Amino acid sequence: MNALEMKGVSVAYQKEMVLKDVTVDIPKGKLVGIIGPNGAGKSTMIKSILNIVPRVAGSIDILGESYEVNRNKIGYVPQKEEVDWDFPTDVLDVVMMGRYRHQKKWRKASSEDRDIAMDCLKKVSMDTFAKRQINQLSGGQQQRVFLARALAQDSPIYLMDEPFTGVDAATEKAIIKLLSSMKAEGKTVIVVHHDLQTVQEYFDSVILLNQTVQFSGPTSEVFTLDNIQQTYGGALQVFQNEDNQPSVIQS
Amino acid sequence: MSYEFWIILTGVLVGVTCGTIGCLLIIRKMAMLSDGISHTVLLGIVLAYLISDSLSSVYMLIGALIVGMLTSVFVQYFSNRGIHTDASIGIVFTSLFALGVFLVSVFANQVHLDIDHVLMGEITFVPWNTFTLLGMDLGPQAVWMLGFVLIVNTLTIIYYYQPIKISSFDPTLATALGINVIFIHYLLMGMLSLSIVASFESVGSILVVTMLIVPGATAYLITRRLSSMMLMSALIGGISAILGYYIAYLFDVSIAGSMSSALGLIFIIVFATKLLTQKYTRYAYKKFALNKNQPN
Repeated sequence: MNALEMKGVSVAYQKEMVLKDVTVDIPKGKLVGIIGPNGAGKSTMIKSILNIVPRVAGSIDILGESYEVNRNKIGYVPQKEEVDWDFPTDVLDVVMMGRYRHQKKWRKASSEDRDIAMDCLKKVSMDTFAKRQINQLSGGQQQRVFLARALAQDSPIYLMDEPFTGVDAATEKAIIKLLSSMKAEGKTVIVVHHDLQTVQEYFDSVILLNQTVQFSGPTSEVFTLDNIQQTYGGALQVFQNEDNQPSVIQS
Repeated sequence: MSYEFWIILTGVLVGVTCGTIGCLLIIRKMAMLSDGISHTVLLGIVLAYLISDSLSSVYMLIGALIVGMLTSVFVQYFSNRGIHTDASIGIVFTSLFALGVFLVSVFANQVHLDIDHVLMGEITFVPWNTFTLLGMDLGPQAVWMLGFVLIVNTLTIIYYYQPIKISSFDPTLATALGINVIFIHYLLMGMLSLSIVASFESVGSILVVTMLIVPGATAYLITRRLSSMMLMSALIGGISAILGYYIAYLFDVSIAGSMSSALGLIFIIVFATKLLTQKYTRYAYKKFALNKNQPN
């Protein structure tokens, strides 16, 4: 059984088609990158899986079931620019939001939930910031908090929208280490990614997306110069380095 | 109960009711929607009067609730179809308000509604408009209406606190967590419409915006959590009502106006204090750093 199966998914905003006939299977336990130029519909693809944008056509199965059955099997990390960091709350509280499904109404959060949230903060080395107001965090710290919140959701599948954008090198290293350990636990992690340089290093398999799936499969087979050029419509300057790996000069 | 007591109680109830719900508008960046709804409820009140032929609070609440909800539905409808939110608020609220004014003018001889009264309110008349049950005088209608709305709002906010908080901070995550974000939005719009119409009679549709926005904006400056922001905002709303009453008494001016002015004053004092403390802290740090660098 695959983690995700998308069949003929199309999404339109207003009258503009953003995703056309996306069909792709994502196997379980893999670290998968979604790669494509700006406006290719990468974020939209993630949002269509979360059922946040209405589909015009197609179906999506999550672990072999519909979204309605398995919605709680997905953890989500939005782009950090999508939220208001001046919101009056602290780091621990944001992570606790990830425990929402596990909490009961009317009741205060259990100490178990709190322990789990603290644990997740520890995994991203942010436990000393638990009581910090969120408007006092750097970009990298914000991203770590979002990751901790996703960990708190404790899901078999994770969708992450550009977690490496605007973070420092140390945070990027920490994030990729965390993603690898999540993979080792058998979780499926699907990441929208921008930086072509690191694709080969980070991901087991990739989906090259430009409105529709251009190519998908294991990184070593799919992430080739020709395929990248075709996905980006020839808008990239790429050269082949010594060990036959494509590297991008300019996008 | 004395006349003075009822006026202060009404003012405090307005401050607390509007103060709590106003925080939610501020953190959702919807402050201007309150301006819109505070005007369009006039249409609801006029329609309720024309249909029911009575000035009873219950019909007014229902009419205002319906039109208030319609306002937010229309605003949402236009902004989903490519019109900027602020522009669609402007379109919807002016047209519905104008329709209300039109109806008041056409049925002027039948409607016992005064536009001045609607815009500015008259808290001074509140104690005379009492609620009688089985021949017993149970105090002003406004107090009952505000009390009822405050209880409904408070229970709703406590029950839906987590979903409200999560969907305000991160609507996408909220949807992914299975929270019905649209339901939460209209729930808030419903509470907002109720608060506005309950406060309306006392402070009018312009000053009710002050009561909704200023306590929350002030509390935002000095609190760190949404829950404490709401409590602080309610407190500030309540204090401003008491303060406003005595200012009005002292200078013999409009009570609602004094309440709003008191709020403006409180905001400026808090804002200035915060600014000065920050400046001083920065100065102190600098001095500390300089001292440290000096060789002994």
